[in-house]
Amino acid sequence: MDTLTSPTLFCLALACFATGALGALLLGKKDTAANVVGSVLAIAGAAIALIFSGAVLLEGTTQSFAADTSFPLISLSFSVDRLAAFFVLVISAVALLTSIYALGYVRHYYGKYSIGVLGCFYNIFIASMILVVTAHNALFFLIVWEIMSLASYFLVIYERREAASIRAGSLYFIMTHAGTAFIITAFLLMFREAGSFDFDAIHTGLATASPMTQSAIFVTALIGFGAKAGIIPLHIWLPSAHPAAPSHVSALMSGVMIKTGIFMLIRITLGLLPEVHLWWGLTVLVVGAVSSLLGVLYALSEHDLKRLLAYHSIENIGIILLGLGSALVFSSAGMNTLAALGLAAALFHTMNHATFKALLFLGAGSVIGATHTRNIEKYGGLIRLMPQTALFFLIGSMAISALPPLNGFFSEWLTFQSLFQGVTGFDVVTKLIFILSIGALAFTGGLAAACFVKAFGITFLARPRSNAASQAKETSPLLRLAMAAFALLIVGLGLFSGMVTRVLGEVAGDMAGLESAATPGSTPAGSAQFTTVSLLNGFAEISMPAVFAGIVTAFAAAALVFFLLTRQRTQAVAATWDCGTDLTPRMEITATGFSRSIITVMQGLMRPGSETEIEYHDANRYFPKTGTVNMGLNDIYRSFIYRPLQVITTTIAGYMRKLQSGNIHAYILYIFLTLIGLLAWLNFQS
Amino acid sequence: MNMTTIILWTIQILLVPALAPLFIGVTRKIKARLQNRRGASVLQPYSDVWKLLHKDEVISRDASWIFRAAPYLIFATTLVIGASIPLFSTALANSLTGDFLVVVYLVALGTFLLALAGIDAGSALGGFGSSREMFVAALTEGGLILSLLTLALIGKTTNLAGIATAIGSVSFTSFTPIILAFISFSVAMLAETCRYPFDNPATHLELTMIHEAMILEYSGKRLALMEWASANKFLIFIAIGANLFFPHGIADSLALGPVLLGLALFAVKALLFAAAIAVIESSTAKLRIFRLPDLLFTSFVLSVIALGLVNV
Repeated sequence: MDTLTSPTLFCLALACFATGALGALLLGKKDTAANVVGSVLAIAGAAIALIFSGAVLLEGTTQSFAADTSFPLISLSFSVDRLAAFFVLVISAVALLTSIYALGYVRHYYGKYSIGVLGCFYNIFIASMILVVTAHNALFFLIVWEIMSLASYFLVIYERREAASIRAGSLYFIMTHAGTAFIITAFLLMFREAGSFDFDAIHTGLATASPMTQSAIFVTALIGFGAKAGIIPLHIWLPSAHPAAPSHVSALMSGVMIKTGIFMLIRITLGLLPEVHLWWGLTVLVVGAVSSLLGVLYALSEHDLKRLLAYHSIENIGIILLGLGSALVFSSAGMNTLAALGLAAALFHTMNHATFKALLFLGAGSVIGATHTRNIEKYGGLIRLMPQTALFFLIGSMAISALPPLNGFFSEWLTFQSLFQGVTGFDVVTKLIFILSIGALAFTGGLAAACFVKAFGITFLARPRSNAASQAKETSPLLRLAMAAFALLIVGLGLFSGMVTRVLGEVAGDMAGLESAATPGSTPAGSAQFTTVSLLNGFAEISMPAVFAGIVTAFAAAALVFFLLTRQRTQAVAATWDCGTDLTPRMEITATGFSRSIITVMQGLMRPGSETEIEYHDANRYFPKTGTVNMGLNDIYRSFIYRPLQVITTTIAGYMRKLQSGNIHAYILYIFLTLIGLLAWLNFQS
Repeated sequence: MNMTTIILWTIQILLVPALAPLFIGVTRKIKARLQNRRGASVLQPYSDVWKLLHKDEVISRDASWIFRAAPYLIFATTLVIGASIPLFSTALANSLTGDFLVVVYLVALGTFLLALAGIDAGSALGGFGSSREMFVAALTEGGLILSLLTLALIGKTTNLAGIATAIGSVSFTSFTPIILAFISFSVAMLAETCRYPFDNPATHLELTMIHEAMILEYSGKRLALMEWASANKFLIFIAIGANLFFPHGIADSLALGPVLLGLALFAVKALLFAAAIAVIESSTAKLRIFRLPDLLFTSFVLSVIALGLVNV
């Protein structure tokens, strides 16, 4: 066990990524070699990191190691406690499988774009995510955070000849740096209190900080890390940036990168800050409820498969924040057991979302690779041409819709149970926020199911709606292997949720300040076995294996009985009832049509719009030639938040420009005035 | 596990599929009487299932394995739910699948598969049925979960049998939230079971059907399964409504006397529910689809108020 948790192993993993990055870059234009080197070393690095983090997680002792630098304030210090180990585990598990997928998938880019560059940034990206969650020094953290942002930016603009990718990349670049500005502010505030950038020193230093400062740190951290996590209204980069990247990178970005924001929110609120205020928790709850509900509604209105999935990431970040928010509320009231439950729910959903979202993005990548379009309206009938991809995508869809017996259901169940506890024992406002959060989560579940009936049904079922879809072929074995592994993980995490809950309960217990002397086999908030998970002294009990077995047994029984009853009956295959006309794919329901009724009901929130264009044969406009209706949503965030912000910024910049006269005398005057001002200020100070 | 327990468990598991067609028949009969028709026998749904089982089957050539597997899976979910809810004795409590969220999400699983099956054959009607079904199902979820949560918080457990036990001995002060939650649940029940004013279970008119549109392509044994599963769902919601909101008289042991009384009372309560639904169906008009959200949001808001009134 000691060798498995040693820093050497951790460094070995990083070395693999470094070699992979360098090797891929050096091999440059030799496409196959660059891809193999980049992907295989990423697989190796991820596998080593997986073993390391798994060992740390099970053993439960924090691993710290540091390397000093010649700069005074920064040291390359790492600390892998159970929380960090859990995130490393999730990152490396997803990275391992997406890298296997990359081995086969990157072939699509041979000869079009540089494979070496892709492999280079891909490896840097994975390594930087692992560094982000293990860094133990604020400056070091900011550096790796920036590396992560830049590496992902270059991956977003990888298809550089597409104008949309560049646009998405620029938006991402601006938003992520605006977020980083807030993060730097948060760390500077901490530095002011602690006088050091080391996380341990910050933790001790903050103990005496005023409530104002603490709240300021919380708000800046929520904005900064929230922008990375994609909370509404800071999400605008996400639906354009994630789809622009190659699909295996989208899987990593949606599956794990945005979770680093969640990780830091947990670290700062429950780790660094000395106490939690009630309103922080309530704010996080409101943000979570809004993000989950709006995220899924926007997803419903999408007919670009990858954008749809990206909006679902916003929804799931919202669900994670509902768990985290409840944990913060309970923590502020000193109810550490409940806080651990909320946090365990958030962590479980973090992991689950990583698995099914990665699977769905990989599935989307396979579909796009086979049809060369991202428009759902152009798919259809793919279940016959790509049966295995369809099965994996179905499993992912059911998991994300929180349907039993898969893993998504269990983590939503935990989140629900955590939120239920907030309805009693608090004041009216808190109670109402909890009730509405539960409502938001309930509606989110239903709407997600509706959205994935649409996504799966329109993509894979019925008849092909375009030539591209009717000529699609099943993807290559490596791609299917990666997807199959994810599908197994989803089923396994559902089936073994009791054991996973036990481990996560310990991780959450650490963070929520519970004594870890709990008896083996028990979580902070009840007991979790393979067979049953019991919470809060029997308030709630569930057995995922029983749910699974129940469905399977009932299915088998029904199939057997009905087979025996109807043995003599025949089965004819014939055309679908067509009302007397020939059925064409145009008569099937479209993705837009499928979700339009929900959008119409929610028009107060969603602002749907439709533009009609008609071309005429003649000048008098009697004989229309073609008609186009463009149904979409008006982007209220751009028109009400970002556009005004942009106008204000440029206006202020315009005024500032007047200062820049270009006249050297003026500049000397500025310097002189500043000097006088500073001297006067110093005089007042002393 | 002695003999009695095994027998009672067998009854519990088979009760819903065994009785479900009867309650569909009763509802139809009462509706017919209210319309001054004589109506078919209350046993007619059994004959329908039997007839369909003896018919050959036609399957669309556009349909995939989802279309073929869905009826069995949907039927299976109703069997699991039927075994998980309190029917006649809370002593048959089941801590494995008896959580109310498990039941709600198993219902959602059935709806999900049904909607996929509706799209699968590629008919225009099936697709629209699925779209409408998911539209109603998604908006029903809030009221359904919150109304059951009200009871769960009063009963201090999310286990359905536990809730039934606790509500049976609740004091008068808690009646207001229970009544509000019941109204909210009733709306959700009508929506989930495809009754008026949400859907017309008897129609095959393109413009109005929801449930029927999705199963239009089915025939033979798969149609029988679909009809039966939907009857199961009807009885399941009646049972949840009857035994959670009015659990009085449900047996709390496995002794013969209380169990027989529990079975009899369950039959009476379920018949009253079926009669009430029949009266509602005969006296109200079906709502336009875009008026349905108003009703569903009312159900949600009522539950929020009910939860606000819960004092624990």
